[in-house]
Amino acid sequence: MDSIILEMRNITKTFPGVKALNDVNLSIQRGKIHALVGENGAGKSTLMNVLSGTYPHGSYTGQIVFEGKECTFKEIGDSERIGIVIIHQELALIPYLSVGENIFLRNERARNQIIDWDRTYLEATELLKLVGLEENPHAAIKDISVGKQQLVEIAKALSKNVKLLILDEPTASLNEDDSENLLKLLLELKKKGITSILISHKLNEITEVADAITIIRDGSTIETLVKGKDEISENRIIKGMVGRELVDRFPKREHKIGEVAFEVRDWNVFSPINPERQIIKNANLKVHKGEVVGLAGLMGAGRTELAMSVFGQSYGVRISGSVYKDGKKIEMNTVRHAIDHGVSYTTEDRKTAGLNLIGDIKENITIAGLKKVSPNWVIDRDREISVAETYRQRLNIRSPSILQKAGNLSGGNQQKVVLSKWIFTEPDVLILDEPTRGIDVGAKFEIYTIINQLASEGKSVIFISSELPEILGMSDRIYVVNEGRIVGEFTREEATQEGIMKCIMQSSGEGGDGKH
Amino acid sequence: MENIKYLFRNNVRQYAMIIALVAIMAFFQITTGGILLVPMNVTNLILQNAYVFILAIGMTLTILAGGNIDLSVGSLVAFIGALAGAFIVTMRMNVALGIALSLIAGLLVGIWQGYWIAYVRIPAFIVTLAGMLIFRGLTLTMLQGLTIAPFPNSFQQISSGFVNDFFGSAGETFNLTSVLAGVIVTVLYIIGSLRRRASRTKNGFENSSVSLFAVQIVAISAVIMLISIWLAAYKGLPIIFLIILVLVVAYSFFTTRTVPGRYFYAMGGNEKAARLSGINTDRILFFAYVNMGVLSAVAGIAFTSRLNAASPQAGLGFELDAIAACFIGGASAYGGIGTIVGSIIGALVMGVLNNGMSIMGYGTDIQQVVKGLVLLLAVAFDVFSKKKAR
Repeated sequence: MDSIILEMRNITKTFPGVKALNDVNLSIQRGKIHALVGENGAGKSTLMNVLSGTYPHGSYTGQIVFEGKECTFKEIGDSERIGIVIIHQELALIPYLSVGENIFLRNERARNQIIDWDRTYLEATELLKLVGLEENPHAAIKDISVGKQQLVEIAKALSKNVKLLILDEPTASLNEDDSENLLKLLLELKKKGITSILISHKLNEITEVADAITIIRDGSTIETLVKGKDEISENRIIKGMVGRELVDRFPKREHKIGEVAFEVRDWNVFSPINPERQIIKNANLKVHKGEVVGLAGLMGAGRTELAMSVFGQSYGVRISGSVYKDGKKIEMNTVRHAIDHGVSYTTEDRKTAGLNLIGDIKENITIAGLKKVSPNWVIDRDREISVAETYRQRLNIRSPSILQKAGNLSGGNQQKVVLSKWIFTEPDVLILDEPTRGIDVGAKFEIYTIINQLASEGKSVIFISSELPEILGMSDRIYVVNEGRIVGEFTREEATQEGIMKCIMQSSGEGGDGKH
Repeated sequence: MENIKYLFRNNVRQYAMIIALVAIMAFFQITTGGILLVPMNVTNLILQNAYVFILAIGMTLTILAGGNIDLSVGSLVAFIGALAGAFIVTMRMNVALGIALSLIAGLLVGIWQGYWIAYVRIPAFIVTLAGMLIFRGLTLTMLQGLTIAPFPNSFQQISSGFVNDFFGSAGETFNLTSVLAGVIVTVLYIIGSLRRRASRTKNGFENSSVSLFAVQIVAISAVIMLISIWLAAYKGLPIIFLIILVLVVAYSFFTTRTVPGRYFYAMGGNEKAARLSGINTDRILFFAYVNMGVLSAVAGIAFTSRLNAASPQAGLGFELDAIAACFIGGASAYGGIGTIVGSIIGALVMGVLNNGMSIMGYGTDIQQVVKGLVLLLAVAFDVFSKKKAR
């Protein structure tokens, strides 16, 4: 039998304006665990979506060869039929159906379209035994833990006679024991001849189980390290992941840092879905006047939750801790309070939470500070137009008219509208959550320039980004956030990508609280 | 010129509906042999559809706030009618007091439904479906299957009375007061438009070309004058017409010019973004339903007055008329898009269809089919024009 089960050759995938994958090559050995690593946005998930048929044949260029045959998948069903199963980070289980029903979803044990329930639950029990899950197959998915749900997903994959199992960040939301179990299961499956592709940020797990590691950076494969042939260590992998040169992508700024303007102390937040689960653990941070403070961390580290819970308690329950502005304690129970206290927050997801896409540019810019142009609650139309025109010019929003719908703008221009909206509220503290996500390089530079401008006006900026080079290029000081805790603090001079990455990796799963 | 272009593009739907309305009116004017626009029929058109106009205004707000409809308004019209009958006819209460109490009852119902929808966040569809059953049931209980009638003359005046003609003598057929009112409104409109234009020029904003501006002024003035002359040729200004006019102007001003009005659009466009912009979206939603309760009461009083009876069958299907008026008038089923004037135009389209087909001798069976098709076509037009724009 051929020892190579899958080969992806010269895969290139472009989205409007972005080349997500550029001539990627990947070859996977049969019966091995192959890890895929890279920074957020490097292209790992895109590559797996190409492989599984989520992006159909024809929407990318290049060749996929599975077990010696070229594949032209039109949809996910096509790849599953020949034994390629992908398990996404957001699990695809139906909460109110039982474990057994979920395992055989779209693959029902049925004769003439009539489900054979005895066979369903009999086989489900066998599959659960196979993945080492002791759970009643009649239990509803919503009633079992995320770790067990992950195993149900794998059982579901096994029911489809999987040959190649792809796991996208399977342990991201699992605790240590569950993660350990999952990795053991992968090794178990490997013995049975099942090949896996493992996408993970947890390098310790990867070094533990992977037979080969492919590093992806900026949409290209950088290198593949093979166990027993190359040196495999966390440091070696990090170097590969971040090893890009830092060219002059960030505008220069004079750093004039004043006294402490904003401070969050002993901040604790619990999940609104599961009030027992603590999302933010004892976070402390401060920002000075004229300072840009970066919040570094991986996706899901808790940075957005931290920011939103501070901003008028827009996220979370059982929030405790205190916020000080200019040395005085302030209460921000609603977004209105936050705005009145001069605090603003631009969301990471401008389309679903930042903009009214069917509203025009003008309405979007004035909405958070509408009363400023509305004496006696009646909108002064002329003043509103002037305000919108001013910001359109000042932030260089490229649109022929302020009456253009926000939904018709490019990502960069949408982001400028969001920034205009918040600058119009005249904040002293701006929390910017992933302000450059999904926008092109030119627009990024403009956003950086606006941020620097705000800082030089003496405003305090908290800058959240998952792109390390950006954090390093923009921040005066950096907090590293991981698993809901602030796990490190670096000055501009101390900070390096390797240092921050190491800080994240070392703190993963260690529990406890406080800084080090 | 760019801004003007966008102003036009963003309002294409409304212009299309005005054109459609004119076309439908022209069609029936011809097929009914000119009966449609006879002064008496025009007055009737207004009196007959008064309740749809009033309900459509309230429904526009609930739809704006996120595409939520209110299914209970028909039952509420009947319930308020029954209450008014109990107060005014059975208990012989003073008419003004009876009306005031009925309006308060509408307000309380609005608060009741608004609470469940906005603060408990039970889908509006469910809450108002429940309301539809509850208030119809209460109406039946109150009336015991009987009709309460007749109401005192002063109560009937709301829907069938006309403003006194201060100039004409008793025998005269032409109502000068109505014409004078038309002239005053036209003059106010022209002054308002000129001042707005002057202010824009002063602030250095671009204006539409002088000729376009002139055409607009002339067209709208002509419409106002035509309506007032037509009403004058029959019995003058119906009181209910004035009530509707005041409501339309007030709610148009509220939605387009005030801060809370803008919040409706922001919330309907993207509730999450609105909340993160400091808007109390629960309060907006609550207000939409409280307001709907009050306007349902207004419609209930108007309809009971026109019927001169509180009937257990009153208001059947009114909710669907109001909802259809809004969607024909360009409101989006997802919220955030729609205008008061658009919904009034939508109500007019349906009213003219009903009236024109009745004159032609088609029964309600065919009328329903046609109204259904018009609703579908109007919304399909939206979908197609949006796809084309992409």
